[in-house]
Amino acid sequence: MRVFIDPPNSMILYDLVERFGHEPLSSMAAIQEMIDNLEVDMPPMNVTIDDVVRGLAYAGVEVPSGIRGRLAVWGPLIDAADAAVIMTDAPFSFGCVGCERSNEMIKYLVRRKGIPQISVGYPETAEQAETVVGMIKEFLEGLA
Amino acid sequence: MTIKIAQLSCGTEYSSVQPEIEKAARSVGAKVVYPDVSYEDINEAVRRFGFNPRSPQLKLMIARATQLADKRYDADAVFISTCFRCAEAALVRNELRRFIQENTNLPVVTYSFTERLKASQLLTRMEALVTIVTRKELLARERQVGITAGLDSGSSTTKAVVMENNKIIGKDWTPSGDVVKSAETVLENALREAGIEFKQLEAIGTTGYGRFTLGKHYNAKLVQEELTVNSKGAVWLADRQKGEATILDIGGMDNKAITVRDGVPDNFTMGGICAGASGRFLEMTAKRLKVEIEELGALADKGDWRNAKMNSYCSIFGIQDLVTSLGEGKSFEDVAAAACHSVAEQIYEQQLQEIDVRHPVIQVGGTALITGLVRAVGEILGEQPIVPPNAQYIGAVGGALLSSGMM
Repeated sequence: MRVFIDPPNSMILYDLVERFGHEPLSSMAAIQEMIDNLEVDMPPMNVTIDDVVRGLAYAGVEVPSGIRGRLAVWGPLIDAADAAVIMTDAPFSFGCVGCERSNEMIKYLVRRKGIPQISVGYPETAEQAETVVGMIKEFLEGLA
Repeated sequence: MTIKIAQLSCGTEYSSVQPEIEKAARSVGAKVVYPDVSYEDINEAVRRFGFNPRSPQLKLMIARATQLADKRYDADAVFISTCFRCAEAALVRNELRRFIQENTNLPVVTYSFTERLKASQLLTRMEALVTIVTRKELLARERQVGITAGLDSGSSTTKAVVMENNKIIGKDWTPSGDVVKSAETVLENALREAGIEFKQLEAIGTTGYGRFTLGKHYNAKLVQEELTVNSKGAVWLADRQKGEATILDIGGMDNKAITVRDGVPDNFTMGGICAGASGRFLEMTAKRLKVEIEELGALADKGDWRNAKMNSYCSIFGIQDLVTSLGEGKSFEDVAAAACHSVAEQIYEQQLQEIDVRHPVIQVGGTALITGLVRAVGEILGEQPIVPPNAQYIGAVGGALLSSGMM
């Protein structure tokens, strides 16, 4: 199954999803595709004005362009997802999209889609980490 | 020498505008750089700054600013930019601008962008940053020497001034049409008034939107953006070369608010979002009131803005307010006063919030001749601005003054 991860650029969540037999939908793949396949040179993200306009599918024109541009990258991943793994209260070093409003909107879009999902808090200790990994493993193994 | 402009921003890479920012910098011989920070730097910088935004990229901006303040990263100027309409970013942007100014001597400009931002919109701002860094000695010039001319090719009017040994000896203006023809007309008239022949001019300085075209046409010694040139012209005309001041220039198409110390600009903002806060709106108002723009100020002086509702941020809606007020039987005087108050209010709300206003305020540009507008600005600021003589010629005077330093 295609599993969206949040934060979308979390290497740890990516690895867990892949390890338990699913296809992670992440920033890395989305950005890589934009860098590889677009015949434009707009580093670092290659987000074009067309993408920002496409972001209108997820947020209105009164929403700042940086949010619409982010949603244009991650919105289609959520659209394509069959399930989602969400880590809440993670420090930005664990992964983030840089903008808190975008972070909130991404979580909301996942919930609105109504796909199977698990939301776990960021573990502060090794014991908590083991528990969290166990919960995610159980969730992923339970996906058809 | 490549000027390094440190970029402190949030959202540029997701708004498709990052290449435009870099293009604007490159076009004025500058390079955009990003102060390096570590994870630990970010947390420590946010703690020290005292404002803890929820968005990590804003935290990163704070950390980068701290690197500059601590001189742990070398840059010549600072460009602070965030998404238009983001409240959290707007708070951080403005406080970081203040932080940079309190802790460094770097010139700084702030800008809020949409995805429609193009390099050309940033060109004047980037050019001004570079000018402040590279032409400090020239900008410190207080006296004009020899015989020089300044040409200011603005969006509404074109102005020419001829100066000799620190005195204006000829001047003229005309509504802008063809850039070169308009300039030729006003320069010819200014030279005639001065009793000087073109070949006697030792240098020409050009500024304004048509500066590059005119610079090429006249082989000008100085071709420079209007932010720095206008501020020099303003302090010269107001005889405020020493100390601090804020230059307020409400133009035909955009507005400038510039803070200066000893005549050298160190922070500026250039807008606006809409023509509702520009001289163009007052022109439209004058036309609807069937008076010449030169008469609008005196008309407004006789009115009371409180009697006519006009608080639109858009020139079209503003004119609708105006028409509605006239339809309700409000007097032309009150409506004129309301239009002036509306422009002054928007300048205060949109632009003067992005700089720390220093005193005195020197109001310049053609709109400074509209007395009702100057009065409205004074009411809002709680301090009557200084309007120097020949206030509409600041750009041309600045061009003549600065070009005399390049002979």
